Amino acid sequence: MGNSSSMLTQYDIEEVQEHCSNTFSQQEIVSLYQRFCQLDRNGCGFISAEEFMTVPEFAVNPLSQRLFRMVDGLNFKEFVLFLSAFSSRASLQQKVEFIFKVYDSDGNGKVTFNEMLDILRDLTGQFISEQQREKVLTQVLEEAGYTKDSLLVQADFMKILGNSGLKMEVEVPVD
Amino acid sequence: MSKLNTSSSELDLDRPNIEDYLPSGSIQEPHGTLRLRDLLDISPTLTEAAGAIVDDSFTRCFKSNPPEPWNWNIYLFPLWCLGVVVRYGLLFPLRVLVLTIGWIIFLSCYFPVHFLLKGHDKLRKKLERGLVELICSFFVASWTGVVKYHGPRPSIRPKQIFVANHTSMIDFVVLEQMTAFAVIMQKHPGWVGLLQSTILESLGCIWFNRSESKDREIVARKLREHVHGADNNPLLVFPEGTCVNNHYTVMFKKGAFELGCTVCPIAIKYNKIFVDAFWNSRKQSFTTHLLQLMTSWAVVCDVWYLEPQNLKPGETPIEFAERVRDIISVRAGLKKVPWDGYLKYSRPSPKHRERKQQSFAESVLRRLEEIN
Repeated sequence: MGNSSSMLTQYDIEEVQEHCSNTFSQQEIVSLYQRFCQLDRNGCGFISAEEFMTVPEFAVNPLSQRLFRMVDGLNFKEFVLFLSAFSSRASLQQKVEFIFKVYDSDGNGKVTFNEMLDILRDLTGQFISEQQREKVLTQVLEEAGYTKDSLLVQADFMKILGNSGLKMEVEVPVD
Repeated sequence: MSKLNTSSSELDLDRPNIEDYLPSGSIQEPHGTLRLRDLLDISPTLTEAAGAIVDDSFTRCFKSNPPEPWNWNIYLFPLWCLGVVVRYGLLFPLRVLVLTIGWIIFLSCYFPVHFLLKGHDKLRKKLERGLVELICSFFVASWTGVVKYHGPRPSIRPKQIFVANHTSMIDFVVLEQMTAFAVIMQKHPGWVGLLQSTILESLGCIWFNRSESKDREIVARKLREHVHGADNNPLLVFPEGTCVNNHYTVMFKKGAFELGCTVCPIAIKYNKIFVDAFWNSRKQSFTTHLLQLMTSWAVVCDVWYLEPQNLKPGETPIEFAERVRDIISVRAGLKKVPWDGYLKYSRPSPKHRERKQQSFAESVLRRLEEIN
């Protein structure tokens, strides 16, 4: 392969670093670039569905389809931005924002009951019936002070997820 | 670019508890009342997915790490240039010569033996074995192969099968120069295929085709027949099913382990200082790979013939395969990885995703009952 940082200039690295608000160190960005090139087999500048699915660990993940939709066609800069929520330097706010974006599939800034149901369906598959899913979701929503028709915004997510230790970190291997 | 299609159920059968290997600090917390937070908090699943995007154990198995360039200064660079001249100008022609001589000797002995001794099977087979061992030695010499064999030489006995880890097709040549094995291989196109259908056929080799699903039963039957035949050459199988980069082992296919015979493990480890013997079949053709070997300094490897193993009472073939993989990996210093080598060509079965979904669903339902 031979793709070392000689393909990426110092300017490029700094630009990417700025774009992701310094959540990754320069070394990590170089490692991520090598990984990006490794996954982008046909060298077209972005990672396609097929290329993502060649990673078995990713393909067996219940949320892979959703995540894939978010990361499809991203160039390297956007790819790093996407992963920045998983850096140890990312703030809790950034992490919650990421989770919110995963839920908010139509991107209108509000998460509906159905959007939450969709994720629950991805996570549980055929092992819970649809009625049971709705029942569970309604029950916990009401217990938290919302209703079935509530539209949750990011602030709500921050309130719900914010105060209990959210662990969402991935280590970038640096050679 | 190979096309990925959803795998058949065959891949499922070959894979035991993958959860034991995967780094899942996954969807747990099976206690306490169910809150909205628990349903909304998808961070463990997301972390797993992001972890897989950033680095995954499967792709690592097929990565050939290029060595650090060491010829970067004014003193070493001329030395390196001299090295290149010696390798390409002196060693390579010599090696091609050695190989050509070897082929001439081999072919001029092989065809007479094969055709004239048609009636005297036992003698013919013995001579053919010897000749194949000879040509393999010539091959090994053409790469300046330095192979150290450890352990007792394989003996020709019925109901015995040899398994080894797989790095490149040259594994077969390295092992073949010591003992004439019959091998089970993927049928290749080109000159390799020609060799396969003529010379290797006479050794009793078995061919399979990865892309055909029915093929598996046919091959299993052929394996069984071969192993139970008293006069056949000992059978060599590479249960990984694909070439791996000699730092890891992928999961062994259970086919060789359910034949009811003794399994003799062989571990092969190449010394990377001299040349990286990993054949990345997606990146290079076999010819390019051979040429690369012939223009390197040497191919240095260790071969260990390990203690024959039998199926223990109460052990399933998959467990047996894993146990043998463990023995080989420990001996050759390779790391084990829970993936099926065929995932290079197809996607993992949905069963694994379903298992994760099932465990999460069960924990939700259980905690729901605790509330009610």
